[in-house]
Amino acid sequence: MNFLIFGFLIQNALTTGAIYVLISLTLVSVATVTRIIYVPIGEIMVFAPFGLSVLMGGQVPGTVWLLMMLGGLAFLQDFWQMFQARSRHGWRKAVLLYLVMPALVAGFSWASAKPNVPFAIQLLAACAAPVALNPVLFRVAFQPIASATRLVLLIAAIALHFALAGAGLYMFGPDGLRTPGLNGVAFRIGLIPINDQFLLILGACLALITGMYLFFEYTMYGKALRATAIHRRGARLVGIDPDSASQVIFTIAGVVAVISGLLIGPLTTLFYDSGFLLGLKGFAGAILGGLADYPMAALGALALAGLESFSAFYASEYKDVIVFALLIPILLYRSWRQPAQLEEEHFE
Amino acid sequence: MSKGRIAALLALAACALAPAYLGGYSLSVLDNIMTSAIIAIGLVLLTGIIGMVSLGQAAFAGLGAYASAYVALNFNINPWLTLPVALLAAAVPAALIGALTLRMSGQFLVLATLAWGISIFYLAGALPMFGGQNGLSGIPPLAVGPLVLATDRGMYPITLAGLAAVVWMSLNLLDSNFGRMIRTIRYGAAIGESAGANIFLLRLTVFTIAATFAGFAGWLYTFTLQFLDPGAFSLDNGIQYLFMAVIGGVSNIWGGLIGAAAYSLADRFLSGYLQQFFGQSFNVSAIFFGVVMLILMQTARGGLWPFIANFVAPARREVAPLAPIELPHAPPAGGRVLQVANAVKKFQGLVAVNDLSFEVEAGEILALIGPNGAGKSTIFNLITGLLKSTSGNIHFLGRDITAQRSREIARMGLGRTFQHVRLVPTMTVLENVAVGGYVRHRVPLWKTLLRLNRDGERRALTEAAYQLERVGLLLRQAELAANLSLGEQRILEIARALNGNPVLLLLDEPAAGLRFNEKQQLAGLLIALREEGMTVLLVEHDMAFIRQVADRVVVVQYGEKLTQGSVADIQRNQAVREAYLGVD
Repeated sequence: MNFLIFGFLIQNALTTGAIYVLISLTLVSVATVTRIIYVPIGEIMVFAPFGLSVLMGGQVPGTVWLLMMLGGLAFLQDFWQMFQARSRHGWRKAVLLYLVMPALVAGFSWASAKPNVPFAIQLLAACAAPVALNPVLFRVAFQPIASATRLVLLIAAIALHFALAGAGLYMFGPDGLRTPGLNGVAFRIGLIPINDQFLLILGACLALITGMYLFFEYTMYGKALRATAIHRRGARLVGIDPDSASQVIFTIAGVVAVISGLLIGPLTTLFYDSGFLLGLKGFAGAILGGLADYPMAALGALALAGLESFSAFYASEYKDVIVFALLIPILLYRSWRQPAQLEEEHFE
Repeated sequence: MSKGRIAALLALAACALAPAYLGGYSLSVLDNIMTSAIIAIGLVLLTGIIGMVSLGQAAFAGLGAYASAYVALNFNINPWLTLPVALLAAAVPAALIGALTLRMSGQFLVLATLAWGISIFYLAGALPMFGGQNGLSGIPPLAVGPLVLATDRGMYPITLAGLAAVVWMSLNLLDSNFGRMIRTIRYGAAIGESAGANIFLLRLTVFTIAATFAGFAGWLYTFTLQFLDPGAFSLDNGIQYLFMAVIGGVSNIWGGLIGAAAYSLADRFLSGYLQQFFGQSFNVSAIFFGVVMLILMQTARGGLWPFIANFVAPARREVAPLAPIELPHAPPAGGRVLQVANAVKKFQGLVAVNDLSFEVEAGEILALIGPNGAGKSTIFNLITGLLKSTSGNIHFLGRDITAQRSREIARMGLGRTFQHVRLVPTMTVLENVAVGGYVRHRVPLWKTLLRLNRDGERRALTEAAYQLERVGLLLRQAELAANLSLGEQRILEIARALNGNPVLLLLDEPAAGLRFNEKQQLAGLLIALREEGMTVLLVEHDMAFIRQVADRVVVVQYGEKLTQGSVADIQRNQAVREAYLGVD
């Protein structure tokens, strides 16, 4: 290997690494607040670039219809709950989040699915539906079982991934997609060209991480989320609604996932089910951080991307074998670090 | 013969005659259902019985399938001889992977199953010896003499016999000493460990059995299709097997079978008819089963089985009591049973137990009392081996147990109950008590699987009945443990502990939450046990109860011994009054 190839591999590792870092940090924050391992984040990721290409083709993407359907379902769930409790508590949220917002997103998408709409507007419209989907998905899939064991939540997350991947195939078809990105070379370090897209990804990654940090550290909402993460019932006692808190963190996860999806679109050919594998790798990083430790999760994700990049060069056939087999020693290390558990968490 | 057994045998007969009246397509559907059911039944053992969720069972099926195909293609041997190869190819890696990963807790373990599930799949797709993504073809068929068992029709009887064997062995497994013990695992490892069982080893055993079932299914798959490609063993398939088990109901072996049938039939229908209707790029099944699973998680985690179970209520046995033959742990006459010397336990900065010493003499009831947070539970955990003391030592029957594991101490003759009752609510009273005698009635696993353990089983249950008679619960033996009152459940825990033939009983707040009559009953039982020569150490708050039963009292405060003496001494003691009531 010469220096040039080494440089390429490092750049490649950092590019995908940045995406894995974003995903893993998001998964950690969702897991700490809700105890849910948000497996479907991979689907949310690919919905954005696919939606963008549909919009640019002058059509409204299927995610909009999905959002309206699930929004209606979520509203009915809330309505039924209010009816049973003979209470109108929470009707504003039900109307705004599950009916008004999907309608607005649909209107916006419809309006921007025209040939002469500026790219930036279409980009926003492509993001709107996959982001707005997240709090609705929480309501529909997880809220009724929010206090169940982690295992039940995980099975539900996997089931949701299954359903969304199926929906993705229906909405976007089996063909691959490569979105246009920035092709220019910004500058060179020695002989190694540093791409614009690489700098964009790095910049976006840093901005999002800083944003998340500031949110959690300095805003009331962020603090409420952290309180929920530490003790769900305690948070409820001081007036934080854990369901709403979970929806906020789901929305944040959606924003990060959508941006990651758009950033990775130009780097590789995406398929309707590509998100799952990308998500899994982000996940592997998150596990390295024990699903609770942010800096460790970020480091883990970067290390994983490096390993992937170099094993792709040396033994491309075995790339995924190496990456996933490595998870086992990591998990083992993690579970040893954990205090001995006398109680098993179980299904049911 | 019970109604359920008749129904099962009728179904088996109907299936055995199926080739006579069903066409090739229907037989291939049935073959497919039965092969999936074998894997799903393994998952029932894992998920429903020991509480572990695996997404990687398809990978074990793949190991069995690929190993048998490789051997059949490359070595000139009778294809039947690939069966043990397939079983070992699944069992050995499972035992290794299990040894590495089964110490993990809940969700980490699930992720580990996902990790090896996906790595094995990618490995099969990458290895040239397994044909890479093209797979392996031209696998020779099985044959009996001149009769070639190719295609779905040929393999149908083999698959049916295989499934029947798997169901029979799984039912045998659960209806045994081994089965009762593994059913406690979901309710906490402490139950089994305090009865002397090695829970990790048991989990590993069940995990390996489930993987071996999957390997067997892989073998059937290989010789039914005579063609293999990695796609059949992907993570998606692993997830689908889990879905089958959950849809059928993981609480029962039959749930695996029902789930596999329901899933496969619905899948055929959806992809066969609806797909044509909606077009190829609409994976109706994925959406349908994803949504079904979400609905099940929200409304019926028990799956389909509980709805069917109503029709086939199991006949619960009652057995006559019989005293155990062996009483291995003879109490030393008038000797010292337990000696705690200068025990110290620190949790980082916090000193929970500080230089505590006391003794328990044979045949006495010693009560350990103290205000909340005095360190009583920590002392209990030190004695039972759940925690290791920072310094000092503990002797039980003259042997140093300071560094011993819980189960080793339990086997030496220490029985215990728990502050929060730990029973298996879905087992009968009798079965719960039988758990206590687990170590005495262990037999090799193959005897349990092949139902060659019946004499031992009879003895295990009659001995459990004897303990129930001893504590006065014999009439409730066929009741589910969940239906007992708290007082009865406490007494049931004592019976379970007694079934381990203990020298010393440790009771953790046995009277807490009991009604007056229940306390009287419990006190009577403890006094009767003492008369039989039992030694008892109890942690308790209820002074009236202690007055009734205790010979001596040790008072602990801030992890240190405040004083000790007879009940009357303690009640007069000024320091004790101050500790409990404060100084005025």
